[in-house]
Amino acid sequence: MEIALSTKDLHDSTVAIHGGRTLDSHASSILFPLYQTSTFVHDAVGVDKGFSYSRVSNPTVDALEKAIGALEGTPPAVCFRTGMAAIATLFLSVLKAGDHAVISDVVYGGTMRLFREVLDGLGITASFVDTSEPANIEAAITAATRIVFIETPGNPTLKLTDIEAVSRITKRHSILLAVDNTFLTPLLQKPLELGADISVLSTTKYIDGHNATVGGSVATRDENLLERLRLIRKTIGTTQAPFEAWLTLQGMKTLPVRLKLHCEGAAIIARWLEDHPAVERVYYPGLDSFPQKALAEKQQLAAGGMLAFELKAGAEATIRALNSVKLCSRAESLGGLETLITHPSSTTHADLEPELRRGLGITDRLVRLSVGLEAPEDIIADLEQAIAAAGCDGAVEGDAHEIR
Amino acid sequence: MKFASRLVSYDPAPGDRFRPISTPIYQTATFEQEHADSFGEYDYSRSGNPTRAVLEKHVALLENGTRGFCFSSGMAALSTMTKLLRSGDEILADIDLYGGTCRLFSKVLDRGGIAVRYADARDAERFERQITPGTRLIHVESPTNPMLRVIDLRRMAAMAHAHGALLSVDNSTMSPYLQNPLDLGADIVVHSATKFLGGHHDVTAGAIVVKEEALAEQIYFTQNAEGNALGPFDCFLLLRGLKTLKLRLDCQQKNALAIAQFLAIHKDIQRVYFPGLSEDPGYGLQRSQARGAGSVLSFTTGSGDISKAIAEHAKFFRITVSFGSVNSSISMPGSMSHASVPPEVMAERKMPADLVRISVGIEDEEDLMGDLDRAIHAAMPRTQVAIGS
Repeated sequence: MEIALSTKDLHDSTVAIHGGRTLDSHASSILFPLYQTSTFVHDAVGVDKGFSYSRVSNPTVDALEKAIGALEGTPPAVCFRTGMAAIATLFLSVLKAGDHAVISDVVYGGTMRLFREVLDGLGITASFVDTSEPANIEAAITAATRIVFIETPGNPTLKLTDIEAVSRITKRHSILLAVDNTFLTPLLQKPLELGADISVLSTTKYIDGHNATVGGSVATRDENLLERLRLIRKTIGTTQAPFEAWLTLQGMKTLPVRLKLHCEGAAIIARWLEDHPAVERVYYPGLDSFPQKALAEKQQLAAGGMLAFELKAGAEATIRALNSVKLCSRAESLGGLETLITHPSSTTHADLEPELRRGLGITDRLVRLSVGLEAPEDIIADLEQAIAAAGCDGAVEGDAHEIR
Repeated sequence: MKFASRLVSYDPAPGDRFRPISTPIYQTATFEQEHADSFGEYDYSRSGNPTRAVLEKHVALLENGTRGFCFSSGMAALSTMTKLLRSGDEILADIDLYGGTCRLFSKVLDRGGIAVRYADARDAERFERQITPGTRLIHVESPTNPMLRVIDLRRMAAMAHAHGALLSVDNSTMSPYLQNPLDLGADIVVHSATKFLGGHHDVTAGAIVVKEEALAEQIYFTQNAEGNALGPFDCFLLLRGLKTLKLRLDCQQKNALAIAQFLAIHKDIQRVYFPGLSEDPGYGLQRSQARGAGSVLSFTTGSGDISKAIAEHAKFFRITVSFGSVNSSISMPGSMSHASVPPEVMAERKMPADLVRISVGIEDEEDLMGDLDRAIHAAMPRTQVAIGS
């Protein structure tokens, strides 16, 4: 029995659960089977059942691609072994020697490294600009520019880029606009509805949500580009693995409920930090003090689960505070159930030139927090004791545990 | 088809529309039904699962049986087998059984009014005299764990059937590659699939294989009713491990024989128990009913302390319970795998306190022998080491 389920008119929370739904071979199992196989038997020479070799495609990976595509509002997405594999394959699919890309200067450090260490050697160049001001993009576009790649909210200071405004520019120049939507996922921000051509996700983060897998995806409505992405993916072998795909499919079913809690927790912690005497400033799009709050309200459906803050005390005290957390884990990555605390200037963004880093607001006092699903009160108590243990000024003033 | 071919030549995904070369993992609890008032082939993974179905059929065919059943552990398989019995029934078992089997038989089955008698199955006439009108099942291992005693399985089968009882054989030390108890007349074969079947110590599993449909139906009923079947992912790992059963065992047996011969002439080793040695009392019988002696063997040193020191000095032989893996392991059964044997049974078993059991893996033969030689040397009391030699 094959029931075609159209996800077009369903709500996101339903799509997250049923988006990958496709009846399996013969057993009708409620979950799609894990095809942990490298190859497939052909019926006759040159006659296969749609699958031939798992580097090219695999039924379980297919189910994940269908699910992500359903959330993105696109045909099935293309899934990759990692988020970086997704980005690298995308650039290799749309750029050739002599081509140029315009990229957000707040983009993940790995994307910058990709250009510096790999694409540059192939004669592909990029300009990293502050895309929060669309005019900067317009100014950076040359006759060789083929793609604009933005990340919004940006990592780690949550700086936003106006997707709709940028899309007007890229359309005028007939070039592609790709948005790294990892921080929000298609549930909280819909790049393609705002005019972007391509949505990129590190599925490692909120999509999986359990810190169990690494993976990436690229979604687009452009059938030619999809075909090109699959061709390059199979050529360079960046395809997602079946078990990772299976775990990701399972994880993403709870994405809507997880995101709701991530956002609620982050908002509570952001407000608490903002009122804390030891805290210099807080970056969180849900705060009234956030300079781009209006843009956040325009293009985002919620403020997300990521925030960053600076302590008034110096870099050494900041590192002492990070070394004093007990509940929060010092770790890179984000978007999982566990609260992760990061020192961007020495970890995620350590590869950047110090001057560039400072220009992006990534000071040595900046702390990034991926708010997990622990009780916000417990996260706050942990941050409070860490700030106090580090001897940061003002940390002991007032009622430290009061939650507003 | 020869055994090596049978290990890999089977349909890994019957009816699957994509024809994968490897069995899909149906990691699912339930199955969607076409009709509201009837069930399809699968409805709920406790009752049946496509991944498990491939494994169960494969194991059944490898043991020359008709139906196979896989469980979450070897003990779950054994426990399910005992559900063939009713209150008032008796089991007659050989004295040298895995400790966990003794614990099940002596401390769990008694609550259901099932009695167990233990006797030395090598003395078949005395063993037969222990049969009572209530005896419904004779249960043996061969070669036994950890004493590597060989039991005459044909004779056990004839004896059981003459008294209207069933014979079950725990074939864990052999695997279907080396011995097929059903062909020797047994009614039920049980495996700790954790051992040679899986072979990599990455899965805990058990199996039962039978020939008779009536027995199969009863075992299936219990598997479904008690819910102790093997999970889909573990089934996949077991299917994967099984493919190299012959390769692994060929290598393990070759290594084991070399080590047994080495230990047999070692001045510091008192006695070696291994039916692959021509001087072993079980040698002839083993050859008559199995195609090899396996890779588990035991030895004594004359001193519990020396034995313990050997185990602790060995490097390639890691101190672990279990056996049959690609990794070599070493253990002291008296304090490890057989610690749960009731004291009175222990006394009757005459298991030496200094007994060391080793399971030989696929490491290099010379490395393994060198390791044991070093460990034995290091374990000997210092005064016996000649200075200046």
